[in-house]
Amino acid sequence: MILTEKSATFRGHALFFHAHARRVFPSNPQESHTDFDLTDVLLSVKNITDMQKYSIITLARNALTGHKEWGQAWRSPPLKDRYDVIVIGAGGHGLATAYYLARDFGITNVAVLDGGWLGGGNIARNTVTIRSNYMRDESIPFYVKSVAMYEGLTKDLNFNMMHSKRTMVDVVQTYAKMRELRRRQLVMDIYGSTYEQISTDEVRRRIPALTGGGPDARLPVLGGMVHTDAAVNRHDAVAWGYARAADARGVEIHQQTAVKALIRDAWGAICGVETTRGRVHAGKVAVAVSGHTTTLTETVGLKLPLRTMNLTAFVSEPVKPLVDVIVNCPDSGFYFSQSDKGEMVIGGAPDAGQSFRRDIKQHVFEDTVSAMLSLFPSFKKLKLMRQWGGHLDIAHDASPIMSQTDVEGLFVTAGWWGGYKAIPAGGLTLAHLLATGNPHPLMAAFTLNRFRHLDYIMETGTTTAR
Amino acid sequence: MLVITCPFCGPRSEREFAHGGAVSSARPDPARVGDAAWVDHLTVVSNPLGPVHERWWHARGCGAWLTIWRDTRTHDIVGGPDVR
Repeated sequence: MILTEKSATFRGHALFFHAHARRVFPSNPQESHTDFDLTDVLLSVKNITDMQKYSIITLARNALTGHKEWGQAWRSPPLKDRYDVIVIGAGGHGLATAYYLARDFGITNVAVLDGGWLGGGNIARNTVTIRSNYMRDESIPFYVKSVAMYEGLTKDLNFNMMHSKRTMVDVVQTYAKMRELRRRQLVMDIYGSTYEQISTDEVRRRIPALTGGGPDARLPVLGGMVHTDAAVNRHDAVAWGYARAADARGVEIHQQTAVKALIRDAWGAICGVETTRGRVHAGKVAVAVSGHTTTLTETVGLKLPLRTMNLTAFVSEPVKPLVDVIVNCPDSGFYFSQSDKGEMVIGGAPDAGQSFRRDIKQHVFEDTVSAMLSLFPSFKKLKLMRQWGGHLDIAHDASPIMSQTDVEGLFVTAGWWGGYKAIPAGGLTLAHLLATGNPHPLMAAFTLNRFRHLDYIMETGTTTAR
Repeated sequence: MLVITCPFCGPRSEREFAHGGAVSSARPDPARVGDAAWVDHLTVVSNPLGPVHERWWHARGCGAWLTIWRDTRTHDIVGGPDVR
């Protein structure tokens, strides 16, 4: 059994994780130094060369000393008055952007600011689904790149992502959806993403727990699509891995430093941000704050074609390995995968209307559960443990926006509905835009200009957005 | 779950309603506005951290269209309903 082997492997990883998880949080993020002297510089240089490697050898060595010798995963440096680049939001996209700015462009005088703690926004509020089965010629190459980058991320960042390339199976229950997915398959074939049609028998062979949706059901299972590139991994590892690797290259991460407003200079260009810890200056500011994008850009009078919505998910108690693929049921309106701990991680449709309230609505929850039970009746015995909501912004055409704005020096990366899968390539391409001033070829079609020219990239339906 | 007071049917569950989107500004005459203003009208919606003016359709009830002011932070209905 594949999953049994996986569980055994991950027990080892879990131990490894526990060993250093206590040490990854900075001891005192509020600690404030106002002086900036040579010692700080020397210390930071020392840190770059001394980033402790995580490996079986360091794990064994630290086990011998009772795990008391682990260093901090990242520094808590004093907040400076000025940086070359400020990235607002220490989430997946913000941290990845800072990392690639340092790695690929040598821009290390960068501050990543976050109102809460790093990795505490939508990167902690998603269903860790990594896939590239999109619809449009502009979108697919970007997501193919991102999926490929995820596959190498553990090695690149020296941080165990617990990457599990386990395939996604779409369970198709209407002919309209089957035609739409067949069409996606033909487009995806051009760009090296994989989609393959399978029969109902094959769907049920791959997902034995799928016992509903028989010939007499209101929506019988008609077949399926297999996306072998799809994977899941560990969301905290993505945030912590990027934070640690960016910090090691000199990037400063400032938690509990909420940005209250953007600031423009006398000529209208961006010159910094107003934070809860005072004013910080930079000629380039990147907004990577998901649902609060418009809240921030409106402080300089910039309106964007974005709406903020609430998307929820919930998790069952852990059970024995039961489903070893990501199951997506677009016609019924839910999807789930089984985590390595054994929990079913379940997601459904977003709430109707705009919302900044990160919780779950009872009827959305009930609709998702009843849809799931129609196909997986045995799940009715599952106890649900946790639920969460995340507020994310969606653009007019359901595609992301990565762009310079009308305010000189102000950049946005927004509209990432399903942005978890886009973190590596999203960071890479935003770093390119910040460093060179030109969009990365993979994201050239996703600037704000597309709205001016009505060149929409309609991706409605390829995510849970509606 | 919202409880929306339909002017004709009284307080009803959100499940009886279909969401009709945020109320946008009045449609400008395309012949009289520039491209930028026209595109803004087409694509930019009000996205407040607070009360938003939005349409709901009592689809599984009397069929009336109404508008309410709903706080996006709390889901409290702070104004309306108004029938056009």
